Amino acid sequence: MKKTAVDVSHVSMRFNLASQKVDNLKEYFIKLIRKELKYKEFWALQDVNLRIDQGDRVGILGLNGAGKSTLLKIIAGVLKPTEGSVTVKGRIAPLLELGAGFEKEYTGAENIYLYGAVLGYPREFIAEKYNEIIEFSELGKFIDVPLKNYSSGMKSRLGFSIATIVEPDVLILDEVLAVGDAKFKKKCEAKIQSMFDKGVTVLFVSHSLAQVQKICNKAILLEKGQVLAQGGIEEVSAIYEEKTK
Amino acid sequence: MKKYWNNFKKYRFLLGELVKKGITLRYRRSYLGILWTLIEPLLTMIVLTVVFGTLLGNEDKQFPVYILSGRLLYSFFSNSTKVAMKSIRINSSMIKKVYVPKYMYPLASILTDYIIFLISLIILVAVGVVLQVKPTFYLLQVIIPLAVLPIMCYGIGLILATLAVFFRDLEYIWSVALMLLMYTSAIFYKPAKIINGGYGWLLEINPLYSVVVNFRNSIFGAPLDQRALALSIVYSVGFLAIGAFMFYKKQDQFILHV
Repeated sequence: MKKTAVDVSHVSMRFNLASQKVDNLKEYFIKLIRKELKYKEFWALQDVNLRIDQGDRVGILGLNGAGKSTLLKIIAGVLKPTEGSVTVKGRIAPLLELGAGFEKEYTGAENIYLYGAVLGYPREFIAEKYNEIIEFSELGKFIDVPLKNYSSGMKSRLGFSIATIVEPDVLILDEVLAVGDAKFKKKCEAKIQSMFDKGVTVLFVSHSLAQVQKICNKAILLEKGQVLAQGGIEEVSAIYEEKTK
Repeated sequence: MKKYWNNFKKYRFLLGELVKKGITLRYRRSYLGILWTLIEPLLTMIVLTVVFGTLLGNEDKQFPVYILSGRLLYSFFSNSTKVAMKSIRINSSMIKKVYVPKYMYPLASILTDYIIFLISLIILVAVGVVLQVKPTFYLLQVIIPLAVLPIMCYGIGLILATLAVFFRDLEYIWSVALMLLMYTSAIFYKPAKIINGGYGWLLEINPLYSVVVNFRNSIFGAPLDQRALALSIVYSVGFLAIGAFMFYKKQDQFILHV
């Protein structure tokens, strides 16, 4: 019996699209009195139900505006759903944007500890993995240079190294599969593959059906905030291809 | 409840890292570095002593210590609440990408300022020694105002942080409020005249005033003023409770407004 890694239960997400942004007290009170505080409601997700087992590699497919990023953010804990709940077993490493916790004035080395802490890891663990992370990133002596002097490639390599070496239980990939030059890209792909082999649960968002088919064994298809299809990768890809013909 | 405690334990390392970052970055690029934490209050004290001491005919030899003690507490109060208020906005990019318990941001900034405040107390000790303020057993009482103050600042910081997400002009309003608080904290004058004139309540509305009173009592060898003690505890616990409640209720909406 496979254990559940991610359980999304009746999740709905509503956003208020204010027609005019109100962010100071004077305007707020004036509009309140004048009854001009109008909000348009936008349901980005409606009653989404998902169960992802440990070790599954689930592709999240859908056209623009389907709600993929919103769903990922809710699973990652960044957004709280308007309705419903999400339970995730274990540590999440969101590769939504590499270097979310990075501090520009800090060196690469200092950022390893900071980013590791942001991802929820204890000091001892980061200390253990410290050398491995520096080696994988191939940054060499640049590790002691402040991050603001890094190129975007260097930042991505560092972020990728930290997020993958820390052995998360659930990996969330938002189209960020491999970064850097061709050699480094190969390393990334091998690393991600080894994570699959270790049984890491993966959520992968991509517009490239080919990539999703290569990596995932299951998929879900979202359209306008609702789950259109979920199941094995072949069936869902077939439906997706139909939709995008 | 256990869930929150476990979550806190999980991110304990992050709190340490955020505080470390706050302190390191404060001084990294500055020439005088940590010395500035000591020099600035000293310079302020000299100016205030000259203006309110010598020029206004105040003969008290230990007046500089009197001023400095109030001034240091006020600086901590003012800086920490200002930074805590902005803490959510400043960290907005991180909040939008990865989950971190949000109360960590104002907490880290309060702790950072608190550590810097404790370092600045060195100058108070130095001036006290030079002006021969005799330490008594009452000095041990200083633990109480020193413990009550950060709790109060955190509570107020939480309230401000929550409101500042939704109302940007709070920063200006708070600057004005801080100025009023500065004048009613009895930093550079002795409050006796005001209290005797029946306006003591104006001072007691100021939560910082009660803390300053007991801080000074400990330094100058007097027992803690019971009324001030009660007031400061009520203020700090009250603000913490209100702040925690507001923050908790509104924190899920922060991401939608930053």
